[in-house]
Amino acid sequence: MKHLAFPVFFLLMVCGSVAFARFDTFVFETPQDEQRFKKLSAELRCLVCQNQNLADSNAELAMDLRRELYNMIKAGKSDAEIIDFMVVRYGDFVLYRPPVKPSTYVLWVGPLVLFVIGVVALVMFVRRRGDDVLAGGDLNSDEQNRLEGLLGKQNEKPHQKTGSGGKRKQK
Amino acid sequence: MKARFLVPLILFLLLIGLFVAGLKLDPRKVPSPLIDKPAPQFSLPGLLDKEKIIDTAELTKHKVSLFNVWATWCVACRQEHPFLMALARAGDVPIYGLNYKDKREDAIRWLNQYGNPYVANAFDEDGRVGIEWGVYGTPETFVIDSKGIVRYKQIGPLTEQVWQETILPLINEIRAEEG
Repeated sequence: MKHLAFPVFFLLMVCGSVAFARFDTFVFETPQDEQRFKKLSAELRCLVCQNQNLADSNAELAMDLRRELYNMIKAGKSDAEIIDFMVVRYGDFVLYRPPVKPSTYVLWVGPLVLFVIGVVALVMFVRRRGDDVLAGGDLNSDEQNRLEGLLGKQNEKPHQKTGSGGKRKQK
Repeated sequence: MKARFLVPLILFLLLIGLFVAGLKLDPRKVPSPLIDKPAPQFSLPGLLDKEKIIDTAELTKHKVSLFNVWATWCVACRQEHPFLMALARAGDVPIYGLNYKDKREDAIRWLNQYGNPYVANAFDEDGRVGIEWGVYGTPETFVIDSKGIVRYKQIGPLTEQVWQETILPLINEIRAEEG
């Protein structure tokens, strides 16, 4: 019997997890209602497990809120009314897409501002470096002589490009 | 321009500062949209006495009252309970309870076993009233003034520290307003 212990244990584990997963069965009158339910429950956050939406969460509260959602859809409430119901009780935090208003400006505009700052910094950096390379003005006369010496040696070798291309490489 | 090499370091330190500040914030504490709004209306049977109806008007009979959401399955509520008992013994502020998604016998047994700090308890078996109040993590405690306005919401257990630093000053303020 001992060789059966593991398979039985495994089976119990699998069955156990199935038994613990809870499903609510909602019957919708129209496919549109079902679509709305899916859409809204995906857009609303479960406050108990904050990185899950109502559709995914198995928390008690999420189940209750899914039931509320179902009842509201069944009662013919509009999406706006349902969203409002949730926001009045749980605040904007319940929405995965928060409204644009003064307290959420940072959220909406922040990434764009950071992006613009990044692009401006990048452009400035690249331009300045480009100027430095092209001007070659940073070298004093000793360095310039040495550079030319090195380039001169290189230029004697076959297959070696000459001119500003080689110069840029050296820098 | 010599200090230019310090720029990334300073930016890095600013970023670390931001992260440290972020560590101290509790993402579970979501500001309640109910603050400074009228308390949601409800009417529920009492916990100990089914016939006695507890409603929002009952909560607002006092200058200021506490409305504590609890359940026997809630571990933090057990942790909070001795403090509620101490508040009830001091008798300064009436405490009302909302027994949330619980079994009546369990809740009554709890009160008999650990003591009953509540003036009265409403029995919210299916959690509908909890939803009206935006409850998402028990224990939660609302401070309600005599006009029926929610003045504060404590998410998580009431403690001596929260009481002394936040709730007691608020209660004194409410009492001063109402004379």
